[in-house]
Amino acid sequence: MQNHFPLWKNLIILFVFGIGIIYSLPTLYGEDPSVQVSSTQTEAINQGQAGKIEADLKAMGVSLKAFEFKDGHILARFNNTDDQLKSADFLRDSMGSNYTVALNLAPTTPQWLRALHANAMYLGLDLRGGVHFLLEVDMDAAVKQAEDRYNDDLRLALRSEKLRYQSVAKDNGFLKVTLNSADDKASLFTLLNKDFRTLEVTEPDDKTQVWLKISAKEERELKKTAVAQNMTTLRNRVNELGVAEPVIQQQGDNRIVVQLPGVQDTTRAKEILGTTATLEYRLVDVEHDVQQAVAGHVPVGSRLYYERKGAPILLDRRVIVTGDQIVDASSGVDQDGRPSVNISLNGVGAAKMAKTTQVSVGKPMAVVFIEYKVDTKLADGQKVRHKLKVEKVINVATIQGVFSKRFQTTGLDSPQEARNLSLLLRAGALAAPVDIVEERTVGPSLGQDNIDKGMLSFVVGFALVVLFMAVYYRLFGMIANFALAFNVVIVVAILSMLQATLTLPGIAGIILTVGMSVDANVLIFERIKEELKNGNTPQSAIFAGYDKAFGTIFDSHFTNLIVAVVLFAYGTGSIKGFAVTLIIGILSSMFTAITGTRMVINWVYGNRRVEKLSI
Amino acid sequence: MKITNINFIGNRNIAILFSGILMVLSIISLSTRGLQMGIDFTGGTLIEVGYQKAADLTVLRNTLDTEGFNDATVQNFGTAKDVLIRLKPHEGVSSADLSTKVLEAINKNTAEPASVRRVEFVGPQVGDDLAEDGFLALLYSTIGILIYIAWRFEWKFSTGAVIATLHDVVVTLGLFSALGLEFDLTVLAAVLALIGYSLNDTIVVYDRIRENFRLFRNMSTEEIMNISVNVTLSRTIMTSLTVILVLVSLFFLGGETIHNFSIVLLFGVFFGTYSSIFIASPMALILGISPEDLMIPIKEGADIDHRP
Repeated sequence: MQNHFPLWKNLIILFVFGIGIIYSLPTLYGEDPSVQVSSTQTEAINQGQAGKIEADLKAMGVSLKAFEFKDGHILARFNNTDDQLKSADFLRDSMGSNYTVALNLAPTTPQWLRALHANAMYLGLDLRGGVHFLLEVDMDAAVKQAEDRYNDDLRLALRSEKLRYQSVAKDNGFLKVTLNSADDKASLFTLLNKDFRTLEVTEPDDKTQVWLKISAKEERELKKTAVAQNMTTLRNRVNELGVAEPVIQQQGDNRIVVQLPGVQDTTRAKEILGTTATLEYRLVDVEHDVQQAVAGHVPVGSRLYYERKGAPILLDRRVIVTGDQIVDASSGVDQDGRPSVNISLNGVGAAKMAKTTQVSVGKPMAVVFIEYKVDTKLADGQKVRHKLKVEKVINVATIQGVFSKRFQTTGLDSPQEARNLSLLLRAGALAAPVDIVEERTVGPSLGQDNIDKGMLSFVVGFALVVLFMAVYYRLFGMIANFALAFNVVIVVAILSMLQATLTLPGIAGIILTVGMSVDANVLIFERIKEELKNGNTPQSAIFAGYDKAFGTIFDSHFTNLIVAVVLFAYGTGSIKGFAVTLIIGILSSMFTAITGTRMVINWVYGNRRVEKLSI
Repeated sequence: MKITNINFIGNRNIAILFSGILMVLSIISLSTRGLQMGIDFTGGTLIEVGYQKAADLTVLRNTLDTEGFNDATVQNFGTAKDVLIRLKPHEGVSSADLSTKVLEAINKNTAEPASVRRVEFVGPQVGDDLAEDGFLALLYSTIGILIYIAWRFEWKFSTGAVIATLHDVVVTLGLFSALGLEFDLTVLAAVLALIGYSLNDTIVVYDRIRENFRLFRNMSTEEIMNISVNVTLSRTIMTSLTVILVLVSLFFLGGETIHNFSIVLLFGVFFGTYSSIFIASPMALILGISPEDLMIPIKEGADIDHRP
């Protein structure tokens, strides 16, 4: 039998079709404009607070579509973006800085689809609105900072080893040490071998000099760490901004992509990303009364601070260690199983810490988090920007013994808090300055516009092609149209499964696929017509048409695929989205246009005498 | 559809002359007028703002001028309510602040504050990188195709296909440059998509030529080519029409941002169809293709033909 598919083949095609429909369904359900509220503190939002927020929103008169409270997060869905924005503004003002209020598009996918891990297509920034930043990390600055550190550390080490030197000078990537006498060289080398093993040593003609240089390997490491550390810092700051589904990725050696969907206030976003934050360690002043200080009598030599929960505390005016002297921090547990943070300091910090702790065992020490923030407030109906220096005591712990380079801070409430603290310590400040080298902001109205226009041109383009095929190829054309619809379903399903970013050029790619994917059917149908003209029977014409067209379809689609793959490899952002839809479209159209149409044609014409084809 | 019998190959000199003139004109336009490069490649800032009522461009221009942004170009974008402001990279001014400053400036003298629809800022360094990536994409896809067709067919076909495709690219870009349309990343993507499309068309014709080389042993190369172009003609036109249908829909309904993208592809489909009928086969012929060249690949071709 020529035109008959075995049962298993039909079943596979129908199975793929079914899967395609299921996984493309969530996209049809669409998304709700919503506001997400979560706590930045250790304790999550409780049932009582959630109930109050719900009541407040209802009292405001916004059209609340749904209010969900789950795992300490609140998700409020609205019928339109106006209500969403109004509510978000209201919540930001009323909730204060301990909560993040983020705009989001929450999918309305029903539970049974979610259980199948079927998600709506992931919309790119040009469709949902938001900001895309490309930040370049100043690598030279990172290396220069390391040089400065070595410079300080070396002077200190020379002094403490009682090695007399004329100068330590930075010159063209070298640290040039000039000793008072060439006789001290041996002691210098002992010192270098002990504490500065990573530096490369050169001995110039001048016998009193030793030139030191950061090795190429360490320089690479420094640069790598600078980017990694900046990414951590940026991630923390983005969390501060309250963004749902942010993207922070490294691009190339020294660039970082930050995508903030839904963010409209780009000025604020830019400021926060560039904010400088730092840490300080200070001794607690236990000799004076805090309440007196709150009343206005702050003792000389001390300063009044506040802890996170608002309790006042007096700290020594002198700083022991600042944040830029911390080289690493990690969370863990101490020998008694209590949550702790392990901190490593550089040479200068270690020396100062040792000196302080020697005389202060048993006394409490505090960690102060300092941040320069920019805050926008309304005053007399006008928006006024303030530059704020925010100082908060994030931790107070008792000094258990003398320590210097490495130490542990305990007294934390929970492992969660330990993790947060170590994160803050690591990411307190940017490791190297960043510069915004690319910015793309899309307003929410343009995003929706782009979706609407994309959809409209898709529907019209699809209808035109369907009409054209039906008129020109009649029944065969209708069958090709079925395959075309099948193809779109599969493309949408695969894009949803991969959670590939759909952009406006991506939609254009789907539309283009609609126009091009009928090509395979045109090739087959023209071939069938030819075979009929050559005097073949309808049945053998169908068979020969499909058979002979296959090689052509394969070759022509494959070359097209090569171009699409190259486009994917070299494209960035929205262009990648275009390439992805093109690649999926080309592959799936080969399946639907060849196998899908064949199945239906076999049902219609197979296994019977056919006089004439409707083609 | 009746199978036509037009002597495409016999009259190849007319087509080659015509394409030659088009190529020369395109190259002249590209070298004198050049391409109007968008900020994706040159670097700079682009701000799209929307107003409730039609915007007064003169007021906006004057404001920007007095505020020190005298290199700003201001024009409508799509409708009279939408305005596009373009700025060159500013030395010294922090690039990140530029858009904020421009927005503050234009809101000074207008009653209604502009609503920001889109801000794009590309640093000069990023622009260079994007241009380089674009060029590499063009280069590598061309090499990839050259190798694939040489492997599946024969080097003369592969060279012919690449010449026909480059012809489409050059002429499309030439027309783009003559019309002074803006060339940005999306347009570059369209150019690459056009390469894929144009090849697709050419391969279909080549495939039939290869098949007919095996079938009609006693005919001349020229005759076989002519028959092959003619029998595939209805398919070539049909596919172009369906693609043109969706592109027209995209052009009229897809919005301003996708406009130039659809224009490139419309030009491209037109020239791609033309070149696969009139240029691709004559090129292989001029390069000296003959049925004997495909004696070895026959086995391979037959193999492919019997796949399900």
